[in-house]
Parts: sequence; structure tokens; C-alpha cells
Amino acid sequence: MATGVQPRVKLPKTASAGDTITIRTLINHKMESGQRKDSDGNIVPRSIINRFTAEFNGHSVIDVQMEPAISSNPYFQFESTVPESGEFVFTWYDDDGDVYTLSRRIEVG
Amino acid sequence: MPMTRRDVIVLATGSVAAYGLNAVPARASAADDAIAAFTGGAEFADGGVVLDIPEIAENGNAVPISISADGAVAIMVFATGNPLPGVAKFSFGPLAASSFGSTRIRLARSQDVIAVAKMEDGTFRKTSRSVKVTIGGCGG
Repeated sequence: MATGVQPRVKLPKTASAGDTITIRTLINHKMESGQRKDSDGNIVPRSIINRFTAEFNGHSVIDVQMEPAISSNPYFQFESTVPESGEFVFTWYDDDGDVYTLSRRIEVG
Repeated sequence: MPMTRRDVIVLATGSVAAYGLNAVPARASAADDAIAAFTGGAEFADGGVVLDIPEIAENGNAVPISISADGAVAIMVFATGNPLPGVAKFSFGPLAASSFGSTRIRLARSQDVIAVAKMEDGTFRKTSRSVKVTIGGCGG
């Protein structure tokens, strides 16, 4: 599923130093579990996003290892500390080797 | 000897019972094995992990779930009644403001969902919740 994958992230644009912010992420992906059968009875091969990471200025916020039991269009919500201005980088790793990334700047005022 | 209807019924119920007895421990051990792979076989205490999941999930394809545990470095979620018990492992980095995560998961049928947290001191904690699923979420 290399085409049409559109990651989306929601987080504030500004924060105070040391603030806790809530981050929500969504990526459209059918997350084929490898358990389903097609109309001919053949197993549909597994094709999922198997890992999601969030980093801020190179430091890890969260690292999620995903199994086929994660619903399609995987959604995550988590909390991060913002010590300074900088850039969040969100990365999704697909079974087929594709890597989807999205970055967002946040300013500490 | 001709097979009577009674013989057939006895045979059928016997095989169903045998299947049931075999199937249940097999599933339980798959989940136990998965948990042991995460904990390295260490003992764990009950409680200390917040596992927020609806008691009744109408659609097993997307069941909202939140996990948190103060002082946890990682939390792993297991669905004991799914074909594969592992669901997701959340590892919290130095910038995580809290050991909290929320996502949506698939549940094949009514079952127990287990969250196991690895604490900073290397101990493990566990919380289990029973979920009733109206429509299973793993296709067929």
C-alpha cells in the first residue's frame, strides 16, 4: 500500500517551556491482518504498519511496536514534554519497506 | 454394526467436548507465551496499570483503548482471544510526559484484554479487563 498513504498529526504550534502537550496522529492504511480470506478461500497476505515512532529534536517520545490487531487507519494519542523550540518527527514503518514521515515545528514562547 | 442415531449424537458431542478442552488451554498458553516473551518470565504484581476499554464493544474492528501506568518504561497490550495475542507495545522515551497511550484495536470475539507494564525498576505489573464483542473484528 505504497500509494495514497497520508499521515496526519495534530499538536499545538506554540507552547511554554516544559509544557505537556497532547499529540494525536492518524495515518490511512488498511492494516491487512493476514488472517482474512478472499472469496476463493486464499489467505490475504499480511500488510501492516509495524512500527510508529515520535521524536523531538532527536530524543524519543514514544515508540510503538504494532501487531495486526491494530485497527485500520492506525490512530495514536500520547503526551510529550516540550523543553525548547524544535521539531517533532513522526515516522511510520510499513511491512513493504516504505517509511512515511511527517515533521512539525513547535515554538516555545 | 449399523450406527444408530444415538451413536452419532454421542460421537458428535464427544468430539466437540474434546475440541473444546484442547482449544481453550492452547489459546491461553499462546497469550501466556507472548506475555512471557515480553517479561522474560519474570513474576508480576496485579494492578498499577490503568487499562481503559469499553466493557461492551459493538464493533470488534475498532475498539478504543487507553493504557497508562505511572513510572512505566513500556506497556504491552495482549488480546487473549485473538488468533495472535500480541496487540501493541508502547515504549516511552525520555520526552514522554506520561506513560500514556491511546489507540484503536481489533478484537476477534469476547475475551480478556491484558496490559502488562514494565516499570523503571525492572518489575512488571498487570491489569486485565473482560470485553464483550458484538461483531468480531478479524474477518473470516
